[in-house]
Amino acid sequence: MAVKSIKLPKNHQALSTSLIMLWVLAACLPGLIALTVFFGWGTLINIAWLCLWALLFESLVLILRKRSLSFYLKDYSALVTAVLLGLCIPPSSPWWLGITGIFFAIVIAKHLYGGLGHNLFNPAMVAYAVLLIAFPVEMTNWALPLGVEQNVDGFTGATALDLFRNERGGMLISEFWSQSSFFGTFSGIGWEWVNFGFLLGGLVLLYKRIIGWQIPLAMLGSLLLMAAIFYDGGSSASGGSPFMHLFGGGTMLGAFFIATDPVTASTTPKGRLIYGALIGIVTYVIRIWGAYPDGIAFAVLLGNFAAPFIDYYTQPKPIPDV
Amino acid sequence: MKKDLKNISSQALWHNNPALVQLLGLCPLLAVSSSVVNAVGLALATIMVLVCSNLLVSLIRHQVTDAIRLPAFVLIIAGFVTCVELLLQAFAYSLYLSIGIFIPLIVTNCAILGRAVSFAAKNTPLISAFDGLMTGLGFGLVLLALGAVRELIGTGALFANMELLLPFTENWELSILPGYPGFLLALLPPGAFLFMGLLLALKNLIDKQVAEKDLKDIESELGSTATHTQN
Repeated sequence: MAVKSIKLPKNHQALSTSLIMLWVLAACLPGLIALTVFFGWGTLINIAWLCLWALLFESLVLILRKRSLSFYLKDYSALVTAVLLGLCIPPSSPWWLGITGIFFAIVIAKHLYGGLGHNLFNPAMVAYAVLLIAFPVEMTNWALPLGVEQNVDGFTGATALDLFRNERGGMLISEFWSQSSFFGTFSGIGWEWVNFGFLLGGLVLLYKRIIGWQIPLAMLGSLLLMAAIFYDGGSSASGGSPFMHLFGGGTMLGAFFIATDPVTASTTPKGRLIYGALIGIVTYVIRIWGAYPDGIAFAVLLGNFAAPFIDYYTQPKPIPDV
Repeated sequence: MKKDLKNISSQALWHNNPALVQLLGLCPLLAVSSSVVNAVGLALATIMVLVCSNLLVSLIRHQVTDAIRLPAFVLIIAGFVTCVELLLQAFAYSLYLSIGIFIPLIVTNCAILGRAVSFAAKNTPLISAFDGLMTGLGFGLVLLALGAVRELIGTGALFANMELLLPFTENWELSILPGYPGFLLALLPPGAFLFMGLLLALKNLIDKQVAEKDLKDIESELGSTATHTQN
């Protein structure tokens, strides 16, 4: 008798935490390469420096908390935090900036809340916010991108988004862009490629199903919508073109790598859409009407803050008995 | 009597500390503790108000009926706060300017009204005044610790501008870390919450270790008596 072969439902195996973290690290590569090409070796040095201190602080706290070193170090979460923070801080930042930041990320934002899985706020973004509030000068001094004339004062200056807000005065968008050497096709020189790199990495994560599509889509969509509403035809009161916002600052890094952190983001499908949209809107509001160079970090923290509340009201209803 | 005083002190300074355990009066505690001089100024003002209000509340405790108890106590406290405010304006005007709104806000410090209602309204005047002093000290010491830590981490120095409060302390400023770039966060409100949280954690850690040690002592004592009886 011929046995009919039956295809079983695919045996789905969830990736382990360490494998997920390794994929996230790998997906950072295109953006990291773009950052290095346009802004020099600073970012790579920062990342190496931060990884070193992240492992040190992680081991120290694990010993203090009497946890298994090898088990927790092997999940690579400390390294992911270090890399994400390293991608956010200026390439030319002084050595102590990174140490302070990673201390806040690992010790205060992660372990004081109970370790990975218990932290309410994204550790890298907590560290970024702490650094931005405590050291505003060091944190807003970016290396000048490749292609911008180096001035006599040195090799650092404000980022394109920063310039856009602070030095435009009442100029039309087209006027300002033709005058400033900081802007490329869509957005700031260099920044558009950095964002393109992170978009590429993010799509890999999406394809590998490591992140869901809801948060990036909602965040980028709401940012696009806000930018489209307030574009105002490039007038003197314009908030900048939608492309400038999508491919400027930390948009793609935030949308695919930071807002999607599985621990601190909303977990329900509908909740993720709300969570992402909230981050996108707040990012735009801070960029245009706020006082800080980029709004991603604060928007993500605010989203983290709201996530339990969003989850509470968006629990999917169980299918009723028929 | 002596035991009572000892009990009041240990309760107010440690076991039932108004700032570390009851978490009362957090608003002035967090807002003013950005430097030692501000902390000492507010601590002295709070101690003075607490001692005087506890004394007066205790003196009139039989005359005040329950119905008007709270308004009467608040009025007494507000009266003493006004005195302190005027005193500060007269003798330490620049300090008054830097602490600003938090002097009048002492009226709303729940630690003070709390002591008036829960202690002074039920006890004799002298004991009440002593309780006020100890509670104020307990609050003030936490304020001082927080102010010192925040000033040191925020600016790298200690006792800056002490002459605003005490004229003879003009050169007290200690630059403990020269060339320190400063850590603005410690001086801002988030820093206050952060360091307050760490201070609470430290207190709980000490309590836990003391309790564990006590437990071990008792166990070893029991163990030694047990071996004795076996022999």
